[in-house]
Amino acid sequence: MSLQAAGALSPAAPVFADPLAQTPLHALHLRLGAKMVPFAGYAMPLHYPGGLLKEHLHTRAAAGLFDVSHMGQIALTPRSGDLAEAARALEALIPIDVLGLSEGRQRYGFLTDAAGGILDDLMVARLPDRLHVVVNAANKAAGFAHLRAHLPDEIDMALVPDALIALQGPKAAEVLARLAPETEAMRFMDVRAVAMIGASCLVSRSGYTGEDGFEIAVPAERAEAVAEALLAEAEVLPVGLGARDSLRLEAGLPLHGADIDPGTNPVEASLAWAISPARRRGGAREGGFPGADTILPAMEGGPSRRRVGLRPEGRAPVRAEAPLFAAEAGGEPVGRVTSGGFGPSVGAPVAMGFLPAALTAPGTRVFAEVRGQRLPLVVSPLPFVPAGFKRG
Amino acid sequence: MLRFTDEHEWLRLDGDIATVGITAHAAEQLGDLVFVELPKVGAKLTKGEAAAVVESVKAASDVYAPLSGEVTEVNEAAVADPASVGADPQGAGWLYRLKLDDASAMDALMDEAAYAEFAN
Repeated sequence: MSLQAAGALSPAAPVFADPLAQTPLHALHLRLGAKMVPFAGYAMPLHYPGGLLKEHLHTRAAAGLFDVSHMGQIALTPRSGDLAEAARALEALIPIDVLGLSEGRQRYGFLTDAAGGILDDLMVARLPDRLHVVVNAANKAAGFAHLRAHLPDEIDMALVPDALIALQGPKAAEVLARLAPETEAMRFMDVRAVAMIGASCLVSRSGYTGEDGFEIAVPAERAEAVAEALLAEAEVLPVGLGARDSLRLEAGLPLHGADIDPGTNPVEASLAWAISPARRRGGAREGGFPGADTILPAMEGGPSRRRVGLRPEGRAPVRAEAPLFAAEAGGEPVGRVTSGGFGPSVGAPVAMGFLPAALTAPGTRVFAEVRGQRLPLVVSPLPFVPAGFKRG
Repeated sequence: MLRFTDEHEWLRLDGDIATVGITAHAAEQLGDLVFVELPKVGAKLTKGEAAAVVESVKAASDVYAPLSGEVTEVNEAAVADPASVGADPQGAGWLYRLKLDDASAMDALMDEAAYAEFAN
């Protein structure tokens, strides 16, 4: 067998830089015995000695600590000091309400292109003096360049060199409150500047696992101390990118470069919920973003195909790129799997993929071709596991 | 006789029947296994063809036929409990038995010491 797959991550997006960049937590990963792999130009931990399965289940049961410092953190600061200016400029590139974002809140959104495709998905937070945008690791350079090319020169842009640590799981809030009591009162998608063991951190209550949790931006030189302080708590285990992928798949969260890309628009991607009312038809600032003339009609007419959850009926995982068929024999492919694997918390294989609208009702049976055989799958609601976000 | 391939399979010969599995090194690299698919008893395998599949949470790996022959038996316990393969890959976690077309072909494979060096 080839053992190359053992070290591979399912998203095929990474562009390997040579030499690989290291995050501020690199030395810690090595000390913890991580299996390191290249991902988006960085050496990243795939898993630690306990293994992916244990890390996944631990995150759902207690708390997992993830190094996501490879992601792109971008500060947008208007020279005028008028944040509305930066918000308006950013709204010309994304279909979300940035202007209406309150200080200390963040929203999920995406950069669209003229055809309505998704260039990247991201988080935008409004801070007192700037907008803080977090983009995917694989799109960091392209995303920065895209923003720089389209935002006015009067808005300063900088890549923030902070480490980014995610603490995820039902015990995350309790653990973090021991280091920073003020984080306990934060709601889902709140963002707050917090001092943690003397380090000035930017904490958001968000994540990519379907669990309650936080993402913590820490100055690089203090990152290891903060990570070690969190790891010293009994509930916390380090978790690698392997479990990050299986956790987000069970949570029904799309991965850019796999489930969504410039060839998919947000409506097809089942992400229309993220398009703010203010930017929809009849909204206060309707349209005005790239691809609006494709995306807004699609929201009303319904897309011709859509991203759905898929549960294989058998035990064999059905993975990305498997073609989907309407029937057990014959016919041309009607769609394809974009992410798939085994869901440790579900205890069964799970997948996501695109299907024609007529085949997207939950309970619809379709077939995936795996190793020359057609395996049955059932269209299923997302997420596969109940979300643990703290919305209250 | 115990032999190893550069595709990380092991074979133990008993008469002209070889028991086949994945090496401890391979099992460690793959991590927790969640799915095992084995060939059918009676299947005629040609050296190098995909004979079985082992899957971890994140990836599927083909297990190639290390030599040519006919499948005489498969380990149903490995299918029922894929984790058992990772727990004892070179013992209870064997995958299938193969009646070799040419048992002398074993001689060309690596012995344990040579494989240990290869896998290192």
